[in-house]
Amino acid sequence: MANHAHSTTALLEETPVILPGHDFETVTETIAEIPLSKRFPLGWIGFLLVGLAGAGMLQMALGYLVLKGIGIWGNNAPVGWAFDIINFVWWIGIGHAGTLISAILLLFKQQWRMSISRFAEAMTIFAVMCAAIFPVFHTGRPWLAAYWLFPYPNAMGLWPQFKSPLIWDVFAVSTYATVSVVFWYVGLIPDLATLRDRGVSRIKKVIYGMLSLGWRGSARHWHRYEVASLILAGLSTPLVLSVHTVVSFDFAVSVIPGWHATIFPPYFVAGAIYSGFAMVLTLAIPVRAFYGMGSLITIRHIDNMAKIMLATGLMVGYGYAMEAFFAWYSASPHERFMMWNRMFGPYGWSYWTLISINVVMVQFLWLKRVRTNVGLLFVMSLFVNVGMWLERFVIIVTSLNRDFVPSSWGMFYPTQWDFMTFFGTIGLFLTAFLLFLRFVPMISIFEVKTLLPQSKVKADHAH
Amino acid sequence: MHTDAPTNRLHGVMAEFDSAQALVVAARATMAQGFTKVEAYSPVPIEDLNTIIHKTRTILPKLVLGGGLTGMATGFGLQYWASVIAYPMNVGGRPQASWTTFIVPSYELTILFAALTAAVGMILLSGLPQPYHPVFNVERFSMASSDKFFLVVESADPKFDQRAATEFLKSTGAKGVYDVEE
Repeated sequence: MANHAHSTTALLEETPVILPGHDFETVTETIAEIPLSKRFPLGWIGFLLVGLAGAGMLQMALGYLVLKGIGIWGNNAPVGWAFDIINFVWWIGIGHAGTLISAILLLFKQQWRMSISRFAEAMTIFAVMCAAIFPVFHTGRPWLAAYWLFPYPNAMGLWPQFKSPLIWDVFAVSTYATVSVVFWYVGLIPDLATLRDRGVSRIKKVIYGMLSLGWRGSARHWHRYEVASLILAGLSTPLVLSVHTVVSFDFAVSVIPGWHATIFPPYFVAGAIYSGFAMVLTLAIPVRAFYGMGSLITIRHIDNMAKIMLATGLMVGYGYAMEAFFAWYSASPHERFMMWNRMFGPYGWSYWTLISINVVMVQFLWLKRVRTNVGLLFVMSLFVNVGMWLERFVIIVTSLNRDFVPSSWGMFYPTQWDFMTFFGTIGLFLTAFLLFLRFVPMISIFEVKTLLPQSKVKADHAH
Repeated sequence: MHTDAPTNRLHGVMAEFDSAQALVVAARATMAQGFTKVEAYSPVPIEDLNTIIHKTRTILPKLVLGGGLTGMATGFGLQYWASVIAYPMNVGGRPQASWTTFIVPSYELTILFAALTAAVGMILLSGLPQPYHPVFNVERFSMASSDKFFLVVESADPKFDQRAATEFLKSTGAKGVYDVEE
């Protein structure tokens, strides 16, 4: 007790999911205070302006695209797919961590997920939203996308091609987006009722009241609610695994060397979770410091997330090794050349950068000292975000730029519009996330309360 | 407020408790007393509370199964109809009804329909959205979403008597007992 010189190990063993000193009232107060307050902190406004500037840039880039056509992007023959699909896969992948935290960890009864599930799910929704922009605008005429994407025949009576992974992807991603929003909203209902009951102004009472649907928290309500949450978690688990599997089919079902690989589905899912946890850390570390949530998002959460990042990072590393092995073992000159081109061709720098981040740097996460060093982990999470973007760049561009016939080889150079669209979606994401932090309880109030002694009931009959 | 309204327009009597444990003990005692129209309100889900008071479990899982099967049939039917009946087209010489390629959309629609059934079913079976409910008339009830636990014996209960119910709830260790106006 008196000895404050804890070693890191001792600190971790003692760190509970919530730091002591919390009761129902302090939990409600800490979390509900932010959406109910009248203050708009200067830092929040500053970041919002940055986000809005990015979103404005996105609007410009997309407006010009609609005006001129997709020729403004750097895509060409042979690199017909570039930033559009790289960014799509990158954003969709990031979303996966939110569903993993809210669904898979719920099924495994991991209590530590409760403090981070709400904003990880919000991250999922915004990431999928950003992802959807790319394929829709890659069609060039997004107002006609209904004919091409949705199961709806065009004027000639022709339907979308259901034998194509691209249309499977439409079903997978739109289901994923819908279920994520539904799951998130269901999780919010009791907390919205809390905001309604504590609402300070009339307008907040009315808005949160309508959104909470008149939730009363009766025994019957809660029973149905718990059943529904468990079912939604059970449904989201196979769903999230299917989404990146289907995304990987977009590549693996084709016959392009570097894409046509059986390892793609598990390798893509692991990569998605890896990049998603990096993004959760990128968001959680500053939010935790800025809003003083350190007693609810403890060092134990940070450590656990770093461990998941390490585990999935190792799987991704295995994927890289297997890609190289398949290329060699296939004995196909095209496969072997693809791998050689990837490593030592004109884009070799991107391959080695990605290896140094996703294979080498991630090994430092074996050290507890690194996993509990919040500042260092934040920087590492930024690197992982870059590394996973480069992974998609490597898979897509280096597989396409030198195909079967040397006369058709070519280079891909992104244009300013490519970069404006990409950074623009980051601005849109930042804007949406900041609005979420300000107007919605960022941590699930009722779930965190279930961890406190006040909500525990002795199993036997009390006297 | 409504001085001219008939008195005793009561929804029931509400007792307030400080912890989940106290609420469960009181709920057990109330049911043992023979009351049947009882409802408990809490800021957190409490395991067993529904079983103690209502004794029945929700039919939601069965509805979700039905929703999922409907989604699967819709997904498969849509693709079969579009590919075989509405616009048959030869793709690489594969059969029109190449069912293996129909798996992914059928699977996704299974999950979509099941998840929507779970969420919408939970909301509708609970009678929501319902902006007005008599329990909201009790001022203390705003704490039900924060840190207090409540138990209501409703006037619809055949055994209900305002004074007796109030006395009884006080005896269960309630921190306060309030009338709930209709």
